[in-house]
Amino acid sequence: MKKEEFLQGIRHGIPICLGYFSVSFAFGMTAVIQGLPLWAAVLISLTNVTSAGQFAGLNLMIDGGSAVELVMTTLIINIRYFLMSLSISQKVEEKMTIRQRCAISFGITDEIFAVGMQYPKALSAAYMAGLICTPVLGWTLGTLCGGAITSLMPQSLTNALGIALYGMFIAIIVPPFRKNRAVLFTVVLAAVMSGLISCISALSFLKGGWSIIIITVIVSIIAALLFPVKEEEGEGS
Amino acid sequence: MNTGKILCSIAIMAGTTYLIRVLPMVIFRKKIENPFIKSFLNYVPYAVLSAMTFPAIFESTGSTASAAVGCATAVVLAYLGKGLLTVAIGASAAVFAAQLIGL
Repeated sequence: MKKEEFLQGIRHGIPICLGYFSVSFAFGMTAVIQGLPLWAAVLISLTNVTSAGQFAGLNLMIDGGSAVELVMTTLIINIRYFLMSLSISQKVEEKMTIRQRCAISFGITDEIFAVGMQYPKALSAAYMAGLICTPVLGWTLGTLCGGAITSLMPQSLTNALGIALYGMFIAIIVPPFRKNRAVLFTVVLAAVMSGLISCISALSFLKGGWSIIIITVIVSIIAALLFPVKEEEGEGS
Repeated sequence: MNTGKILCSIAIMAGTTYLIRVLPMVIFRKKIENPFIKSFLNYVPYAVLSAMTFPAIFESTGSTASAAVGCATAVVLAYLGKGLLTVAIGASAAVFAAQLIGL
């Protein structure tokens, strides 16, 4: 049973792994071009497993930013993981040990979170371990390859792959539209607010991590007030 | 940059990121029963992913036009119920094709 769930996690992680490879490939290229040693780029990917946070951290490292700046930037850009981790904490099996909780926390990324929340059952440690290990492998190897081969891919191909991860997000948020108007409402409202924040220059201080957090909190509160979830639906999502 | 400073910076980034991820998992070990919070958490994934996708998707390729083509393709494929990988590859292929015709 455990092994089965682990393998299922691995299978569910493969699309994420492929998507990650191209993004972290770009990260590896950028890092090496900007003067970071290849081993450092790979180590960042292996220990952070986060795209926007790493790109921002890389810039600060190159510019010689202070430790405080590094902490604050990482915190702001990655604070959304707090909400994701909170959602995941409600979906894992209740018998999961502290040690297992600490271990799977390492791998909570946007995509792993998205796939995990789609899983029809409570999340077991074995499933999460499988779901995390392929993407982390893809993320780390992508950085390694990108850094090592800095310019083999034609620009048109890297451009085209740039949309892959967003394509995955769309594949998650759109299908429930058919049955669930509340999800349609949530998605549209969040997209509109996000678009407004990026257009209105007075709100430009919200860009990056903060805007996502603020939008998520406001939109989810409105949706929860307008469309409370009934007991039996509450478990999945 | 010397090796010590690099290692130190990486440790700071990794440590901060991990703390954000691990704290909720360790703190909230009981199931939350409050119906409002449960509803709230139910909508969080959709709000987060939507806010991250829009408008960033339009800057994810070489041009806004090709990204718009990719985005439309992704929405249609997703609405038809295709899987994650199909939608991602379909969107990328659409962007690639759009670039070929000069968008």
